[in-house]
Amino acid sequence: MKIGVLIKQVPDTETKIRVKADASGIETDGIKYIINPYDEFAIEEGLKVKEKNPPSETVVISMGPVRCVEAIRTGLAMGADKGIYVDDTGITADNYVTARVLANAIKSENFDVIFCGKQAIDDDASQIVQMVAEFLNIPQVLIVEGFEVRADKKGATVSRRVGGGAKEVYEVDFPVIIGAEKGLNTPRYASLPGIMKAKTKPLTTLKATDLLGEAKPKTTNVNYRLPPERKAGKILQGEPDQVAKELVKLLREEAKVI
Amino acid sequence: MTLELATKASELAAKLGGEVDTVLVGHGIENPAELGSYGVKKVYVVDTAKLEKYNTEGVAKVIQDLVDEVKPSVILGTASPMGRDLLPRVAARLDAGLASDCTELDIQDGKLVATRPIYSGKAVVDVKFESSIQLATTRPNSFVAKVVQQGGAAEVVKKDIDPGNLRAVMKEIVKGKSNKVDLTEAGIIVSGGRAMKNAENFKILQELADVIGATVGASRAAVDSGYAPHDMQVGQTGKVVNPNLYIACGISGAIQHLAGMRTSKVIVAINKDPEAPIFTKADYGIVGDLFQIVPLLTQEFKKTLAE
Repeated sequence: MKIGVLIKQVPDTETKIRVKADASGIETDGIKYIINPYDEFAIEEGLKVKEKNPPSETVVISMGPVRCVEAIRTGLAMGADKGIYVDDTGITADNYVTARVLANAIKSENFDVIFCGKQAIDDDASQIVQMVAEFLNIPQVLIVEGFEVRADKKGATVSRRVGGGAKEVYEVDFPVIIGAEKGLNTPRYASLPGIMKAKTKPLTTLKATDLLGEAKPKTTNVNYRLPPERKAGKILQGEPDQVAKELVKLLREEAKVI
Repeated sequence: MTLELATKASELAAKLGGEVDTVLVGHGIENPAELGSYGVKKVYVVDTAKLEKYNTEGVAKVIQDLVDEVKPSVILGTASPMGRDLLPRVAARLDAGLASDCTELDIQDGKLVATRPIYSGKAVVDVKFESSIQLATTRPNSFVAKVVQQGGAAEVVKKDIDPGNLRAVMKEIVKGKSNKVDLTEAGIIVSGGRAMKNAENFKILQELADVIGATVGASRAAVDSGYAPHDMQVGQTGKVVNPNLYIACGISGAIQHLAGMRTSKVIVAINKDPEAPIFTKADYGIVGDLFQIVPLLTQEFKKTLAE
């Protein structure tokens, strides 16, 4: 089987986001970047499926500035076979353009299954998986918490988490693109031998400018700002049963939320 | 959620000098005309057994065919699991822009401007559109459903559209243990942190939740310790919630947790530690033992709500 994994670097979850003075974006100095947490589940699933279905190959792909290569190397260190880095220098990319470029980058790989995180925790848009699916003309399943390759290796049974603790079970033939959810698996750590091996695994660099075609951005983000700060509230004082009574009263009469 | 979106849509349509039409796709659709009370002018109903169960590409095709005919300038959906799955595919198919999970929508210079949180809510941004068709999904509980025309009936137009070849076919839906409202749509949430000590103890929160009509959530620490399942997690790598009331029990208030609930209209914090960061974001705080306080709250609410 041929397996692709799309990954993205995002600011570490501890990052305190600062907005540029001219509101054109966020300050990136000093930000520590990590692999998007949902993409880790995607890498792990790509490796598990490879291991369960030999002979298979797992390819990790990432588009962005040159620091992404580090993320791809981590994927290789975890056990992926090849990396593809798409250098995004020189293009203005929104979700639409990013999806077009990624689709063009991986089209010729003819993956049976492409794993991605269901969303990136910087933009939180959850659009890339669906748009790449449309541009490659393949089906999609997102918020995936279960993935079983069918016995004939030509498709899979996929379980998708929806609201209220329910899940939908899908049958889909390959090729398919999957948006991984937390709980799909437990991502492995890269071992030291894995890290050493990763240094010599093949890594191809492509240029987004070559893959753009006619694609132009469909949206622009403007007016970046911090959310309104919450005012300090009140700490209720007194014995437990007193404060409980007081809180109930406040929620009913002052806040009027119950 | 549909009603709150319909209300907002009719407001936007008024600004644009246009109308709001709704599309209902599925099987066994009931009472479509009722949407008229919320400002919807026309409801297109596509009722086919093929789409009794949701199918991304099938519904996307139906919408595409309708778009070709009706030529809307704005397409809105709720940021439910279905909306978030469907609208990006539709946007790609239409070569159009989409703003996801928006908390505010407006019209400026005849085009949609959408406001949305990014970096798990640590920042906010406005999205402007270059494409002629503008799409957006809206975060649950961002708008208020309002009857704009008492007894208003929308014009119902039945459409026969073939959803086409369906890939990724849904075979079954496995219902969750609880039939509670999902966290992302809940108006009231009671959440537990690592201080809950075990899964059993979440019963205490459920008892309070049952009395006040809330859904129970959990912090990442509680989920990672095995006290609650993944789908109860509120936070940066869990669910982002937008309730009117969020009661945090034994939750310290790490940045990542706050990211998941900071737009809550009212936050209550109950924690033994007076230095817990959550108190700096809470409207009301109680420094105390949740195992004492929560049952007392349950009792007091039961009494008060019975009156």
